Amino acid sequence: MPVLRRAATLLAVLAALWALWEGFKAFGEAVGLRIGAFTVDDLSMPHLHDIVAQLFEPSRRNGPLLIEVLADAALFTAKEAAAGFLLGAAIGFALGVVLHHSQLLQRGFLPYIVASQTVPILAIAPMVVVWLKAGWLSVAVIAAYLTFFPVTINALRGLGSADPRALELMRSYAASRWAILWKLKVPASLPYLFSAFKVSATASVVGAIIGELPSSIQDGLGGAILNFNQYYLSSPPSLWATNLIAALLGICFFLVVAALERIFVRRAPEHVA
Amino acid sequence: MKGRTWLWLAALLVAALFALVGCGGGDEEGEAGGGETAAGETQEATKVTLQLKWVTQAQFAGYYAALEQGFYEDEGLDVTIKPGGPDITPEQVVASGQAEFGINWLPSLLATRDQGGDIVNIAQVFARSGMTEVTWKDSGIETIADMRGKKVGVWCCGNQFELYAALTKNGIDPKDKNDVTIVDQPFDMNLFIKREVDAAAAMTYNELAQVLEQKNPETGELYTLDDLNVITMEEAGTAMLEDGVFVRGDWIAEEQNQDVARRFLKASFRGWIYCRDNPDECLQIVLDNGPTLGEGHQRWMLNEINALIWPNDTGIGVMDEEDFERTADIAEQFGVIKKPATDDAYRTDLAEAAVAELKDEDVKGEGWEKEQVEVTEGGE
Repeated sequence: MPVLRRAATLLAVLAALWALWEGFKAFGEAVGLRIGAFTVDDLSMPHLHDIVAQLFEPSRRNGPLLIEVLADAALFTAKEAAAGFLLGAAIGFALGVVLHHSQLLQRGFLPYIVASQTVPILAIAPMVVVWLKAGWLSVAVIAAYLTFFPVTINALRGLGSADPRALELMRSYAASRWAILWKLKVPASLPYLFSAFKVSATASVVGAIIGELPSSIQDGLGGAILNFNQYYLSSPPSLWATNLIAALLGICFFLVVAALERIFVRRAPEHVA
Repeated sequence: MKGRTWLWLAALLVAALFALVGCGGGDEEGEAGGGETAAGETQEATKVTLQLKWVTQAQFAGYYAALEQGFYEDEGLDVTIKPGGPDITPEQVVASGQAEFGINWLPSLLATRDQGGDIVNIAQVFARSGMTEVTWKDSGIETIADMRGKKVGVWCCGNQFELYAALTKNGIDPKDKNDVTIVDQPFDMNLFIKREVDAAAAMTYNELAQVLEQKNPETGELYTLDDLNVITMEEAGTAMLEDGVFVRGDWIAEEQNQDVARRFLKASFRGWIYCRDNPDECLQIVLDNGPTLGEGHQRWMLNEINALIWPNDTGIGVMDEEDFERTADIAEQFGVIKKPATDDAYRTDLAEAAVAELKDEDVKGEGWEKEQVEVTEGGE
């Protein structure tokens, strides 16, 4: 039954979103709504069914279906994002461990790590490309830049969350720092880490898409978004459909992490489907 | 068991990381290895990179054709084509040594040189300007002079100067609101379609087609050229030169690189000749390299791009001195450059040598005529 109920909820939410979009569109068109330069019409807000239908239209005359083209692009972006995520997660975790063991380093470096996230990725991306040369690696590094921060912050919190009694017990056995870290603190931090991984997984997709543009990479979703943006006037639903696929890719990443969390963490602070 | 799970997790993460990074690293090592052997044996192809001005589209068809048809290979070149994008400045990419060759408009090259960048145009592939202003036929705006007091759209950031020069030539000050209202136009034709501007900038090979690919809501039919006035900058007499090939000055100073550049130009020109004589096959090459491009729109673009290159009575790619002077003068008039441009901004010897080597081919295209390309709705 819970499966049925969940499916029903999903359908209800989708229907509500559809009604909101189409309702606003119908209302806007009826009263000629204008908000600044924004006017409601088929150009600014294509019908949702047109957007979905666009996926199953040929991408061009005699070409493959748009969804096939986008699936290829999504797969390409997924690889970059996965590499960026793993790189960012590894760096983020390592940073968390180092900062956890040194109050001095923590006080010295944490502000800069926080500051690093206030620099817009759009400003960072071209510099990474200059340093590493345009290509696959630069995209992964840009994705990693968006990924590491939540992992570092949550690793710090998680490592400090070990039960003090267990900690005292380990110390009374004269356990080494290393043993305490791996046998007690890291397991205790897993629920925190996975919360971070879920945020990072979706961020890595965003990072990969943004990173593709200055890296001369056109085979991924970034290239598709740029082209459909350029020809938006010709076919507004294509850009929306591409965004839909990009969102789905982010959701897939999230679900993979959530599934891993179910396998590895029993004591999760919160459960997200 | 529970205590072990984190170990598995860590092992999994590390394994995945190594697998992925290992793959990426492996590719690069392979490439580097190839490069080493190329240096060791003179028989191997010379590796060079071409940085385009914008994303893959028919505007760059000749280079893609030269690559796919093996023309670069014939010249002993292993060419990588890097598409451009919103954050990519070809001059910077070439200046930093990440590409040997770059494509950009001539005024952009002049501006880079004016700021001390050492880059040189070695071939002016487009002999004409594709820049136009379009107006609706019923607006009665048929010439630049008619734009007095109107709302005129134009792109920012270096693309506005042909129009500014044309307006000034007709006694209209583009900076004076009483003369004309200049509207900063986004890179689409939305404002024009919605008639929020009286005139809009449009390249013959791109935005003009984007208008024609739209349905007129009143008739339900696609717009046609009969609905529009197309005022070209060529007619206005203020055309500036667009796509040309440039390289770094200190790079081209070396004799062996001049040889590489001449071979590169020869193969690229062959690519453009191929695209002129075999538009269908050339179009397919572009589409294969850009899966999200519409066929109808690219067919239109290729035809219009050919019209910017052909005919060329000095042979493709050889800079016309008069056109260079006009471009440089307009650039100076509107502050794109502070110092007058000098003749060492370009050289014609390499393009001339490449053209001379192509004596068996039609390098002038005098007999070429523009096709009538039928627009498709939405450019599909």
